[in-house]
Formats: sequence, structure tokens, C-alpha cells
Amino acid sequence: MKRREFVGLTSLAAGALFLPGFPGFGGTPVDPERLLEGVDPALKKRLADAALNAAKSAGATYADVRIGRYLNQSIFTREKQVQNISSGESFGAGVRVLADGNWGFAATNTVTEAGLAKAAQLAVAIAKANAKVQKEKVNLAPQQGYGEVSWKTPIVQNAFEVPIAQKVELLLTANAKALENGASFVNSTLFQINEQKYFASTDGSYIDQDVHRIWPTFGVTAVDRATGKFRTREALSAPMGMGYEYMMPKAADKIAGPAGTGLIGYKNSYDILEDAALAAQQAKGKLTAKSVTPGKYDIVLDPNHLGLTIHESIGHATELDRVLGYEANYAGTSFATLEWKAKNQPYGSKLVNIIADKTQPGSLGAVGYDDEGVKTKQWDIIRDGKLVDYQKIRDQAAMVGQKESDGCCYAQSWQDVQFQRMANISLKPGTQKMSVDDMIKGVDKGIYIAGRGSFSIDQQRYNFQFGGTVFYAIEKGKIAGQLEDVAYQANTQEFWNSCAAICDESDYRLFGSFFDGKGQPPQVSAVSHGSSTTRFNGVNIINTARKIG
Amino acid sequence: MAILTKDEAQAILKKVLSFSTANECEATLTGQMGGNVRSARNAISTAGAVENVQLNVESRFGKRSGMATCNEFDEATLRRCVQRAEEIAKLAPESPEYMPMLGPQQYLDGGKAYVQSTADITPDYRAQQTAASLQLCEKRKLSSAGFLNDSTGFVAKRNSKGLEAYQRATTLEYSVTVRTPDGTGSGYATADYNDISKFDAGRLTQIAADKASGSMNAKAIEPGRYTVILEPAALVANTDASLLQALMGAMDARAADEGRSFLSKKGGGNRKGEKLFDERVTIYSDPTSADVPDQIFANDGRPQKKVTWIEKGVVKNLYSSRFWAQKAGIPDIPPPGGWIMEGGTQSLQDMIKGTAKGILVTRLWYIRPVDPQTLLYTGLTRDGTFYIENGRIKHPVKNFRFNESPIVMLNNLEAIGKPQRVGGNMVPPLKIREFNFTSLSDAV
Repeated sequence: MKRREFVGLTSLAAGALFLPGFPGFGGTPVDPERLLEGVDPALKKRLADAALNAAKSAGATYADVRIGRYLNQSIFTREKQVQNISSGESFGAGVRVLADGNWGFAATNTVTEAGLAKAAQLAVAIAKANAKVQKEKVNLAPQQGYGEVSWKTPIVQNAFEVPIAQKVELLLTANAKALENGASFVNSTLFQINEQKYFASTDGSYIDQDVHRIWPTFGVTAVDRATGKFRTREALSAPMGMGYEYMMPKAADKIAGPAGTGLIGYKNSYDILEDAALAAQQAKGKLTAKSVTPGKYDIVLDPNHLGLTIHESIGHATELDRVLGYEANYAGTSFATLEWKAKNQPYGSKLVNIIADKTQPGSLGAVGYDDEGVKTKQWDIIRDGKLVDYQKIRDQAAMVGQKESDGCCYAQSWQDVQFQRMANISLKPGTQKMSVDDMIKGVDKGIYIAGRGSFSIDQQRYNFQFGGTVFYAIEKGKIAGQLEDVAYQANTQEFWNSCAAICDESDYRLFGSFFDGKGQPPQVSAVSHGSSTTRFNGVNIINTARKIG
Repeated sequence: MAILTKDEAQAILKKVLSFSTANECEATLTGQMGGNVRSARNAISTAGAVENVQLNVESRFGKRSGMATCNEFDEATLRRCVQRAEEIAKLAPESPEYMPMLGPQQYLDGGKAYVQSTADITPDYRAQQTAASLQLCEKRKLSSAGFLNDSTGFVAKRNSKGLEAYQRATTLEYSVTVRTPDGTGSGYATADYNDISKFDAGRLTQIAADKASGSMNAKAIEPGRYTVILEPAALVANTDASLLQALMGAMDARAADEGRSFLSKKGGGNRKGEKLFDERVTIYSDPTSADVPDQIFANDGRPQKKVTWIEKGVVKNLYSSRFWAQKAGIPDIPPPGGWIMEGGTQSLQDMIKGTAKGILVTRLWYIRPVDPQTLLYTGLTRDGTFYIENGRIKHPVKNFRFNESPIVMLNNLEAIGKPQRVGGNMVPPLKIREFNFTSLSDAV
């Protein structure tokens, strides 16, 4: 049931109906005033020590505790009205221990010294119960303690401090822009997240972090009552690791899309009013756009679309837990096994350079330290088309002969156990000067795709099918009108080996996944993917139009 | 204090309401406790336990509403929580879709959803059940990855109009994927229960192990339109989107009336009353079902009753918000929790025996909407896909991607088997003709 509700969360089309599954969302509304109250670090240290000491007394050889206050505020509107304002808080602590060589975890909302000690003892009891059936012991990479340190997302304006009325007004003005431009319906939403989390471990770290994320988005629908046809164009915003400054558009952050589309790419700020107006015009255009003729095309992918393709076909495929089989029962495994990597086969063309990063400013994945006390960093995943490394955490490093974690361990809340999650995974821009119009000039028969659409990939990350939110035909080097019913089906390695050109750094933008699901019980995490507009040659396009009775 | 009795919960809620100065006030207490064990590579990987209780308060002045929460229960905290909800309500915009809070409601008996032995599960029980799965796979030189999760929870609600509700429930869900060491075979099994007396991780692992061994070295056959037998886990997933859940999730009256649903009618209105599916398709929900006992009240306090959604292929009811029901003058029905699709008496084996040529599908995966207009979805087969010829499984086949709509699928119905419980629903295996596989996948 939880997953079903989570899936609803990832699709705005499902509306607010399915919201209560995600911790905090919809389930625990609070007022904004309370959101700003922090918990005194000295008190958190005393509570953390109670948990660590109880764990050691009960027989743990290692323990960590995360005391977290997880805040969110979501504003849902449609047309001229507010549908729901949900301000949520979840406060509690999770204790993870190693005892008899096994992991145990327990979480409680009784955040007192006694409550945390009890959770620590339960975690040790769980570890010991499981030790009776275990044959291998956990091999945890050593980690230095950092003492008492802190980190904060470098925001300019805390979104939680902006009056709700101001945020509502912005969304309703965006809705009005869409309606003025011919939309039949518009739903707009603003998600804001603040994780106030305190990590302490028996390694000697006491890490206080304040993490912020924001995501404005909408869906604009045009309906033709006479034909019964309806089409939706989603927002071209990106969720970001930023404060409310993302909602204040700056001319310097706007990048013109291909000539003839009117599209605009957004870097570190977003113009929701401008995008809503264009979305309505494009949604109407979708009602009468030409239905695509299936076949092979050269496709030109906007960063706001390509990010999801990177996420699914590279980001997940290079997570070491999948590669080793730890996700076999749910998210799946990966074709990019240790044996496959050893063969040194090309993952993509020589243009393809992919980096993992947990530090990039403005990105969703940026933190100072991960959820098992490892300082974050940047590292290479694919260099000149070849796979050179994976994403790993402390209990995986030894399995691939490495000595340290990459710092990508995360838990969605205090009540979930931390595990390996995707870092920001990004495609490096091209080194030759090239704008999107320069790129399109060289395409004879192609399709330009922007925004999020349908996305699906198999459990080993070979076969995928992706749509978008807006499509344009490219004929003889020029944009030639909107297209509809477009999806591309490809194999990961064939697709990345068909990468023929990448625009330069001036076109580079972040895409984001705000609710990336993985694990059992399922947990969400947020991650960014940067890229410049990129061309892939000879990709298989299918037509998705169907008739029902 | 994670699981409160009805009297304990209502005593707290009464106290909360006594602090209210608003026109309307509603308080909801929810609590849960439970544990889980996750395994992979024939070993336990993570295991945990969690408990939490929280209070939500909604206060209203006229058409303005505010909400606040807390998870401490001393009098001062409760009083502050109510005050905060009231402060927010006074600042909130008026809602044009305001509906007054519900008064006293009659609820069905929700007692079947709670089973004491499930609530009493210990870390040792979870470890032993998991061990049975791991040992079986070790013996057969296969690799097991599984997940066992149990939860006991309650919801209690009370408002200033006299509404009073309480229910508690227990659940256990288990799933296991078994793979061959060479990575060429994979099998899956899943089950969920309110009552753990029916649970046996070893028996489920046996099914997954047989599928893993049997699916080694699959042959590639051309994608295209095939007769398929979709097992219940291919129709509904308790961990992901699914074809039948997509259909049930699209039965919202407002979306249909607004012209943005497969149930919208050309020129306006909706298609309630039309026969849109094969006449053997009947789907209903019943919170008192012995097989899938469910919530007896919706999140907004509306009673959940037995509702027929599709009867003999005809759309009988759509769900809606209270506001839309009043505006459109239609029955006020909340969306269901779980649901039941009526089936026949044939076992899966009987259905295979009756198939000249076809494909048996264990599970579908990564199912995502392609076109909401036609409910077209894409996804892939996974963990056991087999070619059937002359009533027998002939050989495993490589996995396919499909592009198919549950509406088309439920019109191309050949046979319906005996329903089984999946993800809190009762779902029969279905034999479907001309199921649309559009490409091959190398994934195992």
C-alpha cells in the first residue's frame, strides 16, 4: 500500500488523493512557526550519547544514531483556488548497530534518553537474533570521527519563512497565466523540504546538518470537448537544493531553447509565470499536432528531459548495491556487473563522461556528510565512454577491494534505516563551443524532446522507453512544428554509444528527481542530474496513439 | 504507547476537542509499530523496528481551515497544538470547496483486520522465517533476496460534530526473488496477510526457486501480439504501479466529468452505465471481506461500504470527493482501499492446460503511464516468463516490454482463474489474447 501511495506522489496527475504515504506529507500537518524552531545541538548530543552508550553496553561493536526533524510544506492549487496546504513535521530518532557482526536498527518517536536507550537495546536484540542465521559478518570501512561539525545548504531565503499567502499568490498567478493562454485546467504545486538532522556515531562524529530542497511544478491540460481529446504539458522547472530564491527569476539564468519553439531553459532560478503561459499554448498545440511516424530518428534531448534518461540508465545501473544483488527482490540488479566492467567494453561513445557528485551547489544531493558520517566528494563514473567506478557506502567498499565509502548513504527519515542511494550523476558538457541551434542545424531528420514524460526501464537497465512533455519535428536542420504520440525505445549501451554531440557548458542545467524510490520498505531520495543538450543518432521512435471503444 | 485501545485513543481525542474554540474541530490519532527483515545473496542485509504515534488537529472558522500536529501527549502540548491549528485557520484563505465536517457515522465491523498473533511478532520469528528461505536456496545452490515486513497500526478520529471512529489492523507482507548463480534464471513469489498463521516463507521460496531453475537459458522469440496468462502478481503489485491498480485509480468522477479521463464522454459527461469491458469482468470492494479485510472509514471519515465498481463489464460507480458529489448530484463514494475481482474456479495449471499457444507471465515491472487518454501503460515482464504449447510449459522465453491498456486487455479476455490475495486485493489470473509485446529485453 505504501508503495502504491508513493507512486501516486511521483505523478502530479494523481493529484493529492494518494499523498499520505510519504512520511510527513499530508499525514502530519503543522504550522510554519513551529517549523523554524531548531533543537539545541547540546541536547541532541546528550540524547545521542545515551543511545550510543546503551548500544555499547548491550554488546554493539559499532553504533550510530540519527536524531531528525523532517519538515515539509506542500501547496496544491488548481485554477483559481487552493486545494490543500500541507505543512508536515516528523521528529524522532533511529539507532543502527553492529552486534555479533550484523546490522540491527530501531526507531522511536520517544526522543528522551530512556527512549533512545530502549531503541538501541532493541536494535542490538534484532542484530543478535539475525546473527543466529548469518554466515558472513559485515565488513565496515573504517571512518575517522570528525568531532562536532555542522553543514547547511547555502540558501539565500528559507522557503519556510516566506508567508504562505505569497507562495499561494505566485501559484495562482501562474494558473491565471495558463488559463489566459487557453488552458482548460491547471494544477500547480510547490514542494518544500527541510531536513534538520543530527548524526552521531561511536567513531566520534557529532554532525549537525540543515538541508533544504524546493520544487515548483505544474500540469497544464487542454481539452477538446468535441473530440474528447485531452493533452497535458508539464512544467519545465527542476527541483533544486535551494531556498525560495529559485522562485525569483533572473534573466541571466534563462537559456533560449531551439529557434521556433519559444522554449526557455532555466538554470538557478525559474520563471513559473512565463513557463505556465507557454505551457498552455503548447498543450493546445498538442491537441492538433501531427502524430509521429514511427522509425529511426536523430533525437536532440533537452537537459530537462535527458536528466531522467541519465538517472535511469546510468545512475541506477552504477549503484553498487544493485550490481552486487542487494536490490534483486525489488529495484533489480544491473548489467554493469564487476565482470562486465572488467571486460572494459564501451558504456557509451568517447564523448560520454559521467561524474558522481555529492557537493555540487544547488543540487538535490548536496550535503556536507552522508547519513553514516562520511564527508562527501566528487568522483568519476564513466570516463571517455568507459565505466571506471561505482557508487558505494561503508559496508560495500571492501567488496570491490576499496578502502573507503563514497559518501552516498541516506535515509528518508529518522524512522528508516540508511542505505546506499544515488549521488548526483551528471554528463559533462561538450568541450567544443556549440549551442542548441548549432546542434539542430546538423540534423536532417530528427525530433527535439523536452521535459518529463513516461519513463520505464527493465530491472537490469538494458531496455528502456521514455516519452517527454513536448516534442518538435526537426527537418533539414530546422524546427518544423509540434509532434505527438512520441516515445523512444532503446538499449542502454546502444543508446549511449549513439551519443554524437553535446552542447557546451553555457547550455548546462540541472534536472532533478524529487521522489526517487528504492529499497524495502520503499524510501524516497532526491537527486540532480546535470547535462547540456545532447544529440543521439538513429534512435528507434514508436507511436503511442491507441484507440479504445 | 504505539497501539492505543479505542478507549485510550478516544480519551485523548476528547481532551483535544475540549481545548477547541473553533466552529469545527476534528482530531485524528494514528499509531504504528512493526518490524522488517531484508535479505539478499542468501544473507540478512538489514533489519529494523519502528514505532510512532501522532495527533493531527484540523480547526475551522467558517470556510477557513488550519491543521497542526504533535507527537507528545501531555496536556500543555495538546493545548498548544489546538491553538496552532486555530491560528493557521484564521490566516487561511476561504475554501470555495468547503464542506462541513461529517456528523456521527455508522461504520461496519472492522474487527477482522486485526489478528493478535500478527501483532505479537518478535525479531526471532522474523529471523526464523527468513532463515527458512535462505536455507532452502543454499541447499539448491540458488541465491535468495527477500523482504518480510509486519505492521500493527490504529487510526482513531473524533470531531465536534459527533463523529467517532476507531480501527486497528495488522499486516504482514513477504516477497522473495530467487536467482541462479550464473544469472540466467530468476523467479518470484509474494503474499500478504492479516493473519500470520497462513504464512510460510519456505513454501513461497519454493515457488520462486522452481521458477528460477525453470527460467534458465531463456529463448528469444519475436515480440508481437500473444495470448498471455497473467498471474495475479502480474496484474497487481504491492510494491509498484500495476495495470489493474491503474484502472481502479482512474475511476474518479470529477476527472471524468472534466473531460480528462478514459471515462470522459465526447461532448461532455462521463461513461458511467456503459459496458466498457468483457461481461465476465466484475470488480467490487468490501471492507468486511474475510479474504481482504480493509479500512472501514476513509481518511475524511466517510464510511467504507461494499461498492460494486464494474459489474458484468458495465461501469457501475465512480468515486468522488464530498464536494464534487454534492456539486454533480451523484452518490458520495470514497475511493476504495483494496478491492476484489470476481473469478472462476480454474487453477493456474488448468488455464495452462487449456492453452494451445501462449506466454505465462509471473510478474510485470516498471509500469508507467504512456497516454492517460487511453490508459496506455508500458512496462516489462520479469522473474519467470514461459512459452506454453499444447497445454504445457515448453521453455522459458526472454523478457518483453509491453505497451498495453487495461481497458483493451479486459476486452480481450479469454479465461479467468481463481482469485488470490495480492497487495490487499483479490485478483484472479487472467488469460488475455493479443497482448501487445513491443520489444525484447536482455534483462533476467
